[in-house]
Order: sequence, then structure tokens, then C-alpha cells
Amino acid sequence: MAVIELQSVLKDYVTEAGALHVLKGIDLQIAAGDFVAVMGPSGSGKSTLMNILGCLDVPTAGEYQLAGQSVGSLNDAALAGLRNRTLGFVFQGFNLMTRSTLEDNVALPLVYAGVGRRERQQRAREMLVKVGLDGYAKSLPNRISGGQQQRVAIARALINRPAVVLADEPTGNLDSQTSSEIMKLFEQLNREEGVTLVLVTHESDIAAWAKRLVQLRDGVVQYDGPIPADFRRHG
Amino acid sequence: MIGPLIGEALRAMAANRMRSALTMLGMVIGVGAVILMLSIGKGVEESVRASIASMGSNLFMVVSGAPQAGGIRMGSGSAPTLTMEDAEAIAELAGVVAVAPSSPGTGQVVVGPTNWSTSVSGTTPGYFDVTEWKFARGQSFDASDVRGATRVAVLGQTLADNLFGDEDPMGRTLRINQSPFIVIGIMEPRGQSIDGRDQDDVVIIPITTAQRQVFGSQVIGSVRFIQVKAAGPEVMNKLQGELETLIRERHRIREGQEDDFTVRNLTSLMNTAASTTRAMGLLLGAIASISLIVGGIGIMNIMLVSVTERTREIGIRMAIGARRRDILWQFLLESVVLSLVGCLIGVLLGIGGAKLVASATELKPIVSLGSIVLGFSVAAGIGIFFGFYPAKRAAGLQPIEALRYH
Repeated sequence: MAVIELQSVLKDYVTEAGALHVLKGIDLQIAAGDFVAVMGPSGSGKSTLMNILGCLDVPTAGEYQLAGQSVGSLNDAALAGLRNRTLGFVFQGFNLMTRSTLEDNVALPLVYAGVGRRERQQRAREMLVKVGLDGYAKSLPNRISGGQQQRVAIARALINRPAVVLADEPTGNLDSQTSSEIMKLFEQLNREEGVTLVLVTHESDIAAWAKRLVQLRDGVVQYDGPIPADFRRHG
Repeated sequence: MIGPLIGEALRAMAANRMRSALTMLGMVIGVGAVILMLSIGKGVEESVRASIASMGSNLFMVVSGAPQAGGIRMGSGSAPTLTMEDAEAIAELAGVVAVAPSSPGTGQVVVGPTNWSTSVSGTTPGYFDVTEWKFARGQSFDASDVRGATRVAVLGQTLADNLFGDEDPMGRTLRINQSPFIVIGIMEPRGQSIDGRDQDDVVIIPITTAQRQVFGSQVIGSVRFIQVKAAGPEVMNKLQGELETLIRERHRIREGQEDDFTVRNLTSLMNTAASTTRAMGLLLGAIASISLIVGGIGIMNIMLVSVTERTREIGIRMAIGARRRDILWQFLLESVVLSLVGCLIGVLLGIGGAKLVASATELKPIVSLGSIVLGFSVAAGIGIFFGFYPAKRAAGLQPIEALRYH
């Protein structure tokens, strides 16, 4: 069953120089359990696509269905609810709450989901164990390495058992060895837990960890298929 | 939802300790000033009320007026126009409970090597009924003492302490302007009068004794003023008219001529004084509350800076599912916590300030629960009012823009 379904999605931006057509009719289906790498040069529209997939932005035209729900007709609060329950975000810059403990960071989506304190704490700790940060629950983000911070972000993205995890250049700020470790974690989560992953990257050795490649150019899908043979995983 | 948000607000405040402290300082000073001013106002009001109570209730004061001598008016009471007979006539009026004619003056009181300048009040036994002043020891002189102009004295507490110290003044002899008097009574302390005089620094003697032997120069039988106690507040208005008519008749003042006396309703006078002090107290509080508004603007300013600084954080929160309402609450709560903590410190400062004022000055501030509750609710209101705009701005951010912000 398709978790994500895009049908001729258009996105225009109004600029002073006139309308800018960023996405020019995207058709895309992502099934549950898939692991998709989205690539494309800057200006190809991959950030805009990620924003739409992440329900942070809505298409100008076309249809987007996320987990069977049509996104275009939803208001701000409903979009926030959808982001909270159905999506998980992993960013390039980790984007943790610097003043909160790792446990509180991981539990943050549950706060907005209205989950009680005891259950939040328990689930956050389980999640930290799952990403290999057992015993760091009370640490602060600036006390741990970049790779560890990204693991916390992954734990946060997964805590509400989302239908899809969106990862935007998750290894962009990490050295190659740490990048491989993070990608191994993603690959393992996808394989063992069936987590559906959409990964934006511009590095082929990162995209090589995925099962499927979607390549954008000038607002259209240029390639959609298996990972090419010349993409090699690093490490 | 509120629980983690309060924790969040406290953490945000702790992260910028200096800034939070300075922001709160505005509220601290504002609330402290309001509480201090209200408590000073309240204290003044209370002391006015106490001195009114100490004067006795339902009182008239009939003061000797300005006698006219060939068109030249003398000052009020400068040459007494009232007489003992006037007082006796007033006592006959219906609704009059007690009457006390008085001839006041000052005198040098001497006991052995000690001497003390004090007020000498020549009056009748009615004085103690009019003023509802109780005896600590001993008793009043009586009508026969007034008739016979005996040399007996009743002392106020301050005077007794100053003349006799630890010794027992009862039955002892003292000299007032050279004449010897026997102490027959001591009054209970009454404290300050409304104009700040020590009411206990006084010696009370029979009016005839005062006229003949202490203030030798006065016209015998004349009195400076007559205090009249009415049966109750309901007869005050009627009695005032009757008093005026009676004395005009007795002084043979024709229609159209001016009175040579004045009748003052002390109760209404004092009520006016009390409401004036109350108004003053409220005015002080109102002026102090301007500083609360300034404090509120400080909070708004800092919250606006904070929203800008944390734009990215807001974006992240929105991305992981915070609704606009959640963001609004987060920032609103932060400004409310900021102002409430400031308010709490301000309350302590206000109470401390009131204690300091009490120990350093004559004022006796009273910190009432009402003023603390008022201070708190105003502070919370200011936190919400001035925190709302920044919070609204935070909640109105677009998630994509906010996430992109560096």
C-alpha cells in the first residue's frame, strides 16, 4: 500500500520577477517499508518536494495523499497533527533543543501528542536504547558528538511511530565514518522495523544505502528506479 | 501540556539568567513600589482612623469666636466669648450626653528637680465622658472640685513617665506654674492626635482652678471651647442647629449679625480627613503602578527578542507537530512566569521596604493581603497582556521560513 501518493503536484512561488514554477507535475508513489533516496542538483526542487512531503507546505495544484489522507484540504492545526503523528523529521543540523536533556528531546513529539509524562519518559528511554544511546538520557545535546546528536534526532523522529521518516541531508554535517554509522542505523531500522524512509542527499555513496532512487531535475522526476550499480556505499 | 511548558519556560529563563533577571527587575520594582505605597497609604489611613477613634465619637466642638470691637475682628478664640453658663445651658439640650468646657494652655510642671513643659487642660468631669478616655489609675475630680477650684490634677501617660519615671505618681504633689497640685488620677495612653501631637503629654485640672490660679490673666468664667457629645449620629444634624440657635440667643446676637462662636461637627470633619488620606493612598498606588506598566513593556521587549532568537527552535517545534496554539502558550507562559517570579520578589521587596519604613520613620505602613493579591493579579495580567503580542508573533511564523532561519 502506498504511504505517499503524489499526483501531478505543482508548486509555484510568486516572486517579483513573476511566477516561479518550482515543481512542474510530480507523480510519485512510495510504498510502506520503502527506502527512497531523493537526489538532484540545487534548484531542481528537491527541498520544495521535501517541504510538501513533510506537510510544511501545500502544493499549488495536484493531489498529495499521506497515509490515505488528502493533505491539500487541511488547515494549519490538522497539518501540525499530521506532522506529529504520521511523519518524523531528521535534519542536517540535528536541530535538537539545546537546553533539554536527550530524553526530553526524544519525548518532545509526545508532548504535542498529549502523552502523559510517565509514558513519554519510558518510550523515550526505549528509543534511546534502540539508537544505541543507552545511559545518556539525562545528558545535554552539547555534551555528545555530532553522530550521537543525529542518533537522538532519529530517535525523536521515530518516537511517535510515524508512517514515514523524512531525512534531509542527515549526514551533511558528519564525517564519512560517522555518516556510514548513521546510514547503517537507517538501513537497519528500515530492514528490521519496516520504517519507511525518504532521504534527501547529494552524495551518491549515501544514496547507495537506499533501495530506490528518485532523481529530480528542473522540477520534474528525471529518474525513478533502483539504485544504479555505480553508487557505492562508503565504508 | 502545561507541565512541560512551565519547565520549558524556566529553562529558557535559566539559559539567559542575566537577561531574565534584568527583565524581572522591572516587575520587581513595580510590584515592590505598589505594595510599599499601598501599605504606607493604608498605614496613614489607619493612624487617622485611630486618632479619630481616640477623640471619641459624635462630637461637636463649640469654639469661642471672633468678638467684634468697633469693626475690628479678632482671631477666633482670641478673647473667649463662651462662658461656663453657656456650657450649662448646652447640657440641658435634648440629645446631649456630656459637655466639657475647656480652658487650655501651657504650663511648666515641676516635681522636685524635674520639670517639664506641657499642655494644661482646665475642664470639668464631663471631659472624660466626652472623650471616652479611660483612667489607668485613680479617678476624675468631681463637680465639687470645680466649684471649689481645688488643686487636683490628672496626668497623661507621657507626662507621668517624664515627671515620675518608675515612681508611683498617685498622691504626689507637683507644681504647675508655681501652684501645688495633688495627683489623683492617671489616664490610659491614647497616642498621637490627628495633627501628630502627643495626646498623653497633658495635665488635666478643674477649669476653675485653671482660670483662677494657673492662667491668671484670663477673664474669670470664660472658656475657650466647649466639647459636646451627642447621643448618636442620628441627632447630630438636628443638634447642630439647636446649638447654634441656643448660643445666639444667649449671646443676644440679632438676626443678620455674625456669630461670635463656631460649631464644628468633628465627626464629619474627621471622616473627610479619613477619606482624603484614603484617596492619597490610592493615588500613591496608582503612581507606583505606572512603573508596573514600564516593567511590562520591558517584558514585551525581551520576549520579542527571544522570539526572534528562537525562530529556528519554533520551526523545529512546528515541524515535529506543535500547533500554533502550542507555540502561543509556550511564549505566553514564559512571559507570565517571568512576571510572576518578578512579582513574587517584588512582594518580598515591598514587605521588606514597608518594614524598613516602619523602623526608620514615624509612618506605620500596613501590608494588607489585599494589596499583595492586587499586586499579583496585576502582574499576571501584565505578563499576559504584554506577552501576548510576542507570543502571537511566534505562533504566526511559517514553519518553512522558521526552519530556514539562522
